[in-house]
Amino acid sequence: MINSVKRFIPENLRPYQSSDEYKIRKRVLIDKKQKQLKTVFLNSIEEAFDLFDIKSDMCLSFHHHLRNGDFVIQKVCEVIKNRDLKNLHFAPSSIFPSYTNMVDLINNGNITNIHTNYINGPVAKTISEGNLEGKIIMNTHGGRARAIESGDLKIDIAFLACPVVDKLGNGTGSYGKSACGTLGYAISDLEYADKVILVTDTVVDKIDKYQFDGKYVDAVIQINQIGDSKGIISGTTKLTKDPIGLKIAKECSMVLDYLGVIKNGFSMQTGAGKTSLAVVKYVRDIMIAKGIKGSFASGGITSSYVQMLEENLFDNLYDVQCFDLEAVDSYRKNKDHLGMSASEYGNPYENNTIASRLSFVVLGAAEIDLDFNVNVTTDSLGYLIGGSGGHADIAHESDLTVVISPLVKSRIPLIKDEVITVTTPGCDVDILITERGIAVNPKRVDLLKRLKNSQFPLVSIKELYDNAHQITGVPRKILVSDEVIGYVEYRDGSYIDCLYKANKQKR
Amino acid sequence: MFRSLLFIPGNNPSMIQNADVFSADGIIFDLEDSVDIYEKGNARNLINNYLSSGNTCPSLIVLRVNPIDTAFFEKDIELIKTKKIDYILLPKTNMDALNVLDEVLLEIENKYDLEKTKVLALVESAKSVIQIFKIAKNKRVEGILLGAEDLCNDLEIDRTNIGNEILFARSRVIYACTSNNIISIDTPNTSISDQKLLREDCLNAKNLGMKAKSSIHPSQIEIINEVFSPSEKEIKWARKVLESVELNVGKGAFSLDGKMIDKPIILKAEKIIQKANKFKI
Repeated sequence: MINSVKRFIPENLRPYQSSDEYKIRKRVLIDKKQKQLKTVFLNSIEEAFDLFDIKSDMCLSFHHHLRNGDFVIQKVCEVIKNRDLKNLHFAPSSIFPSYTNMVDLINNGNITNIHTNYINGPVAKTISEGNLEGKIIMNTHGGRARAIESGDLKIDIAFLACPVVDKLGNGTGSYGKSACGTLGYAISDLEYADKVILVTDTVVDKIDKYQFDGKYVDAVIQINQIGDSKGIISGTTKLTKDPIGLKIAKECSMVLDYLGVIKNGFSMQTGAGKTSLAVVKYVRDIMIAKGIKGSFASGGITSSYVQMLEENLFDNLYDVQCFDLEAVDSYRKNKDHLGMSASEYGNPYENNTIASRLSFVVLGAAEIDLDFNVNVTTDSLGYLIGGSGGHADIAHESDLTVVISPLVKSRIPLIKDEVITVTTPGCDVDILITERGIAVNPKRVDLLKRLKNSQFPLVSIKELYDNAHQITGVPRKILVSDEVIGYVEYRDGSYIDCLYKANKQKR
Repeated sequence: MFRSLLFIPGNNPSMIQNADVFSADGIIFDLEDSVDIYEKGNARNLINNYLSSGNTCPSLIVLRVNPIDTAFFEKDIELIKTKKIDYILLPKTNMDALNVLDEVLLEIENKYDLEKTKVLALVESAKSVIQIFKIAKNKRVEGILLGAEDLCNDLEIDRTNIGNEILFARSRVIYACTSNNIISIDTPNTSISDQKLLREDCLNAKNLGMKAKSSIHPSQIEIINEVFSPSEKEIKWARKVLESVELNVGKGAFSLDGKMIDKPIILKAEKIIQKANKFKI
């Protein structure tokens, strides 16, 4: 069948109809786990496999707060390889380039199905080339929390990296030699997985302020090193120096200012792209110049937001994952830098989520089509290069959603007739800002009216599309295979698009 | 008339592709110092293709060619055949170089029936500072750009933020240009990240009499345009002066807000309004 963003979805899956459809569907909640025994302390991951009889066909979950510095998923993969367990379902909240041990396990049929919110690197490449036996399901951050709490994503064992654990099994990421800050993406795993195993390198007598409640924790494994904190710093969390990126960011901040959304009590979130982060700088300049104090900034938190909190430009930061070490430090020290779970952040069924309280969000796009549908999941050849993360969650919930991107990237036009993959539906995107003009979604008549008499270069998305083709010519359409390798699941559990095997020969 | 010229290296495809989106009044596509000697041919081809096929060219295009005594010079000059170049920027300008340039241009212009090519002279040696009044009188030269970095190398002195070391050269450029009714263009500021310093440098040059400034990074353009544009206060004043002229027809001088208005003041007001209109302020 064809869903409402004109994408083919197999008959056995519920197609995406609208971003608000969840409102007419009842929330499904399974019981939180009930631990029967005291938390046990183990000395190795192998011991946990024996104790909990971890075997083929199980679903194992992980969080990604240590990002590229995570050793836990790598070590668990080694044990799986040694025991040659088969047909495993992996559900890490994200998959980073450093998770290289997963590649062999996928290619050898040890891991056959995957749920994740974001994927990049060699694991993404092998899956894109059709080497995963089963399917990959790409969730949103809020959608993953919903899937776990509803039982749609049933986790047998959660291996949760935890920088510090106490003797009662409580855990925190705030400090320790592998500190990563907030542990927001793992809260659903903690509360709903059948068995929860914290993997740590630091055990203390007592943690006063913990994020993981020991009442859910079945076992703690102490190993030498769970990760490298430096690895949480991502290249995408640095401010752009690219003149085009800076121009777009400046223009974006000016549009936001013109629309009057940067005002006392406002709240904001930006993506982790370099240009989005430049927007933060320019918004800060406007706030300082006009003496504005915001309510909160949220999402993945970087040093830019930490600086703004310290400058008293925001009351709070709501942090679901720390993107750099300054954020980790701030989360530990500053009482106004608050953690949040993925559910509190963007679960469509949670009341009063942080996402729903956002005044505006600034997001990136790998591709956007003439209906404003955004792809941040695959590249122009169909290879997996990312995923929604919180993109679709906040695009829908925020009062104003701005997408920023260069109109032409490495000679490839941003705007397509059809994006290769729909990650975020166009109905949730309000404004597209490029270096060659600004397009407002025709559905936002109010914004069009307000911007009509401004000095901004307002054009239709079709004009931008034509403008890009004037520069690049009309690119040859890249044909991906018709072999479905997975699905993009919208936050409410419906299916918004299929993922297809990339055309390897074209790369 | 322009306020800002932005240098874009001729071998940087992404910058070239986006040349028209930066807010500079003009773009200098550079084939000289920013292009490695092994990249000269590629850069020339890139610019040639861009100018020949581009639908999105900047409104004012300057081409900095290689110096006359290099093997690249004559091939660089041939890019005028694209008919997209408004000015050739001649590096290491002196009277001899200008004469060579004139001969080469004349030959191509005659051969391909092209209009007379205009030239901006890049003055960057002690010798050219001394010859500057002759340079300014050259029939092709429509502006002079001061190149302070090379000039300071020639003088064996260091550049400073205050710029006292180039005061003499700046003044020569300004007086030569103003007296010959051509445009004076200030040397670029090489500090990309220090916006405060850039603003001070621009104000210093403008207050001496420079009419425009060159830049080496797009992030410098906003400040340059702002400083070299008439302010709102100036525009308001100029409009008031020109309105009062209409009310005082036939009077050589008259009073406005307690101040005397005569011909020089009226001319100043006209120039401000002309600039404001040109730059849509």
